Amino acid sequence: MTTTLRDAVALTERPPRPSPVSTTLTFGRRALLKIKHVPEQLFDVLVSPIIFTLMFTYLFGGALAGSTQAYIQFLLPGILVQTILFVTIYTGYTLNTDISKGVFDRFRSLPIWRPSPVVGALLGDTVRYTVAAVITIGLGLILGFRRAGGVLGVLLGVLLLLVFAFALSWTFIILGLLVRSPNAVMGISMIVLMPLTFASNVFVDPATMPSGLRAFVDVNPVSHLVTAVRGLMAGRPDAAEIVWVLVASVVLTAVLGPVAMRIYRRKT
Amino acid sequence: MSPSLAVEAHGLVKHFAGRKTVTKAVDGIDLAITEGTVFGLLGPNGAGKTTVVHMLATLLRPDAGTARVLGHDVVRDADAVRSAVGLTGQYASVDEDLTGTENLLMLARLYGFRPAAARRRVHGLLEAFDLADAGARQVKTYSGGMRRRIDLAASLVLAPRVLFLDEPTTGLDPRSRNQVWDIVRVLVDDGTTVLLTTQYLDEADQLADRIAVIDHGRSIAEGTASELKRSVGEGAVHLRVAEVADRAKAAEITERLLGADVVLGSDPHALSARVPDEGADAVVGLLPALADAGIVVPEFSLGQPSLDEVFLALTGQPLPDDEPGSDGSSAAPGRRETSEAPR
Repeated sequence: MTTTLRDAVALTERPPRPSPVSTTLTFGRRALLKIKHVPEQLFDVLVSPIIFTLMFTYLFGGALAGSTQAYIQFLLPGILVQTILFVTIYTGYTLNTDISKGVFDRFRSLPIWRPSPVVGALLGDTVRYTVAAVITIGLGLILGFRRAGGVLGVLLGVLLLLVFAFALSWTFIILGLLVRSPNAVMGISMIVLMPLTFASNVFVDPATMPSGLRAFVDVNPVSHLVTAVRGLMAGRPDAAEIVWVLVASVVLTAVLGPVAMRIYRRKT
Repeated sequence: MSPSLAVEAHGLVKHFAGRKTVTKAVDGIDLAITEGTVFGLLGPNGAGKTTVVHMLATLLRPDAGTARVLGHDVVRDADAVRSAVGLTGQYASVDEDLTGTENLLMLARLYGFRPAAARRRVHGLLEAFDLADAGARQVKTYSGGMRRRIDLAASLVLAPRVLFLDEPTTGLDPRSRNQVWDIVRVLVDDGTTVLLTTQYLDEADQLADRIAVIDHGRSIAEGTASELKRSVGEGAVHLRVAEVADRAKAAEITERLLGADVVLGSDPHALSARVPDEGADAVVGLLPALADAGIVVPEFSLGQPSLDEVFLALTGQPLPDDEPGSDGSSAAPGRRETSEAPR
């Protein structure tokens, strides 16, 4: 063992310091490997959009929009937004898991661009978002979702949604850095996201809501996002809403990104 | 800044603010570790050992004091420190969901190895650590000893010049513990500097060239294992005579030769005596003297006080027997049993 150990540890040439892109991609690859080894983690991503879509379409579709066919046209972009926003919680959840298991200590002791573990994890999240989007839209198509925006409109809608999702992820990264356990991250995130997605225009047109609630729904960022995505998918892009979403994403990232990285660096 | 010092720390302080109180985890620690040696930080749970290591490994920023690793300041020059050190924590800091190979490959890539070179390096490390067969399995299926080995291998991907081992054998069975010790010895032989934290006296005694005993965030004693033992006082000689009737005579001879008080044990065959510093040479003559008097002595032992006794003498309290919250108290590496403490 002694000689093999000596040979294995001895290093004739030290490799050059890797670029930030390289280390970030390595962390992205790690996220993919984790999905490969623990596919159960996609279970929520797969099941919740299916349940929500079927339940709302068939329970309320007829009553709300006259027919399930008419309702799915309205509902699907909203469900898509809700699904993706809930998936962003996993960013904080996985980060917190890494911290509590000690893996992060090793990453933080490496001579690499400091944000790369977090940014790489965000890259890996793209896979989860994509799976969730494909499942939701696929089910919608089966149930009769047809919009004038066509393939391009749907793709643009998803793209806008992803931009916002990445910006929102910083909230959960901060939460993941601050909270004690992965389950606490899950619990707190749910408490925040539940009212945001339900008290919005995801499921129904806010026109019939009492004025107080409607005021909230109107300022709710989720409503703006849903309206923008609906517009793109329907082939009637609402420029004002799209700009609103993009500006909100930039502001979220500009404010929360540095805060998150600051907490991350100071993390004890 | 002597160039031969791998680690140098002055007045390191780290306080953790709790809800009501401030815990002084580390309260002014000085360290000077010579390159190529093993330095042991010995202390009970909560003494501040891990916090010291985390500050030196740039994971924690000191509240006060300075520290340099290979001449690089741990705060101002953190990246240079990170390139030179390896860290193995109390908990296996590898990703349990990934396989052993994937873990090491990821680290090799993060250290800047190109894909082919990374694969060669990882293959060699897995072989050397007796993990080649387990490389394709998820780390969560590994035994405790395998986990610790993959964790050690992970710290060695870049062949660090300074290795921090934070309780490397806590919870390991004796065989795995010996493997870890062997690895450490080989590394040190090849010039690696090791800072080891441990709560096992045996481990510090076996591996460390110098030991600092820390308690409540302060260093309460420092030196080589024998220096520490000597600082507590004399060694002791223990013997058993074959015939109970001979004990009184044996005691008389011992007392005369060593010039020390003899303690008669509750076992009617046993007696022991402390060896004063100036009487150390006389011990050599004790056995022949007893033989000349016709006393048969089937058991004779001479020992320095154990580190347990050192700790007791320094802190006024024994090392805690159990480590609450530790996963491996049952498999604790053999703390020396002192059935007959010479005090």
